Amino acid sequence: MSSRKLDKKVDSAFKFVGLAATLFGLVVLAALVVDVVSDGYHRLGWDFFTSFPSRKPEQAGIFSAWVGTIWIMITTAIFAIPLGIGSGIYMEEYAKRNRWTDFIEINIANLAGVPSVIYGILGLGVFIRLMHLDRSVLAGGLILALLILPVIILSTREALRSVPSSIREASYALGATKWQTIRHQVLPAGFGNILTGVILAMSRAIGETAPLITIGALTYIPFLPTNPVAFNKEIPYIHVSLQGFFDPFTVLPIQIFNWVSRPQKGFLADAAAGIIVLLTITLAMNAAAIYLRYKNQKRW
Amino acid sequence: MKQDVVIQIQGANSFYGKKQILKDVTLDIPAQTVTALMGPSGCGKSTLIRCFNRMNDLISNFRFEGKILYKGVDLYAKDVDITDLRREIGMVFQKPNPFPKSIYENVAYGVRIQGITDREFIDGVVEESLKKAALWEEVKDRLHESALSLSGGQQQRICIARALAVKPHVILFDEPCSALDPIATAKIEELITELKRNYTIIVVTHNTAQAARVSDFTAFLYLGDLIEFGPTARIFTVPQDKRTEEYLTGKFG
Repeated sequence: MSSRKLDKKVDSAFKFVGLAATLFGLVVLAALVVDVVSDGYHRLGWDFFTSFPSRKPEQAGIFSAWVGTIWIMITTAIFAIPLGIGSGIYMEEYAKRNRWTDFIEINIANLAGVPSVIYGILGLGVFIRLMHLDRSVLAGGLILALLILPVIILSTREALRSVPSSIREASYALGATKWQTIRHQVLPAGFGNILTGVILAMSRAIGETAPLITIGALTYIPFLPTNPVAFNKEIPYIHVSLQGFFDPFTVLPIQIFNWVSRPQKGFLADAAAGIIVLLTITLAMNAAAIYLRYKNQKRW
Repeated sequence: MKQDVVIQIQGANSFYGKKQILKDVTLDIPAQTVTALMGPSGCGKSTLIRCFNRMNDLISNFRFEGKILYKGVDLYAKDVDITDLRREIGMVFQKPNPFPKSIYENVAYGVRIQGITDREFIDGVVEESLKKAALWEEVKDRLHESALSLSGGQQQRICIARALAVKPHVILFDEPCSALDPIATAKIEELITELKRNYTIIVVTHNTAQAARVSDFTAFLYLGDLIEFGPTARIFTVPQDKRTEEYLTGKFG
């Protein structure tokens, strides 16, 4: 057999192996989704979303879990987004290139790859033991904020870097200051990509279980964090409270984890239904990110 | 013929890292004229023009030695406000680079960043600048459409209008036509000739024919040295240096 013929054989063989590898991933994923949906879809209903967890599987729901997830996400966003975008802007636009900033840069990239349970242990030490935040929404949100901070910093820098220098030069040439150039030209031009990065980071945080279990987030929470805004009959009629940030919480992945570890069959259906909800949220966020990325593709 | 001098370059040396780009360039740029900086790639003409509004400051390993006086003031003095300077000395770049915003916002930007918010005033500046850039008739009905929807030549005229809006005294053109077709090029050249009545214009070009068409004075640079400077008509008819003559007759470059 000539080597030319052999090359062709190898070529088609590789094509086949590649296709098989791709299909394997897709089929396994599809099987998992089908399995989960068939296990859990009959539990999905209004009651499932409005019931607290219960000892009886058929009465249990994810009320405290999805409300907790929203609390945690908001807390995470409050800390991670301004800090992440701020440091991204600083490092990309202001910091001088030297050994020190190179060192910081490498470490941020490394931090993005640190296993999440390590952040949980850090959080346990700093936020709970040292700062006495207990197992609160604030502690959980701060840990997840730390976890996704490197991701947001990196994607902000990436987004700013993709803004062509010709735009900056044009702005400077008109007598704009550095901040005006960043504020009016660079940030708006990179906004779509920054937002994409933020959404992807948040969708990672929403599925995190390990760091929250490490700090001992409770799994049986038959109540919600205190409402931030309450209405009453006395002046001034409205009562704003930050107490919710200091209340204990649970989140969807923890609730799911808890149900999966129960022996009763019924809880497995609850877990499957919870997974459907979590998957839907995550997929929706990723879809939004993909859409934004597509929409913001090179306009110059 | 005695001309007022706007920019005086005195012993300009510039470096990227250790590499020297400009070598002891000394040159006076006369007011209300078009001066062409001409030369082959790598001769330092773009580096030189970017010294006039200190655009090179954006490059971290750039270093400048010498003096450039604008109306007698050293541009590289420590107390010079660089943003004020860039308002006086506008720039149009090689590739049209409108902001990814509307036509109106592109032209209004330079005025807005000065803190001016008066709507009528800005409207007036936008219209006036677009008229001066010979673009008003083409875009007056779609001022709020994206500037990126325009053709390359129109985009370049947007960039000219944008530069005019901040009322500069000097306008720097860094190979403004290198990305344009011949018809768009002709329009820009016509515009440059038109603008020199009110502005001092410096054009970088490697195109000898363009230098001959638009400029009153021509400086020929080669490998960082200023070889020759004088009235364009004289440079093109009786070049005094052999290298100028060779470049003009197409022996290199």
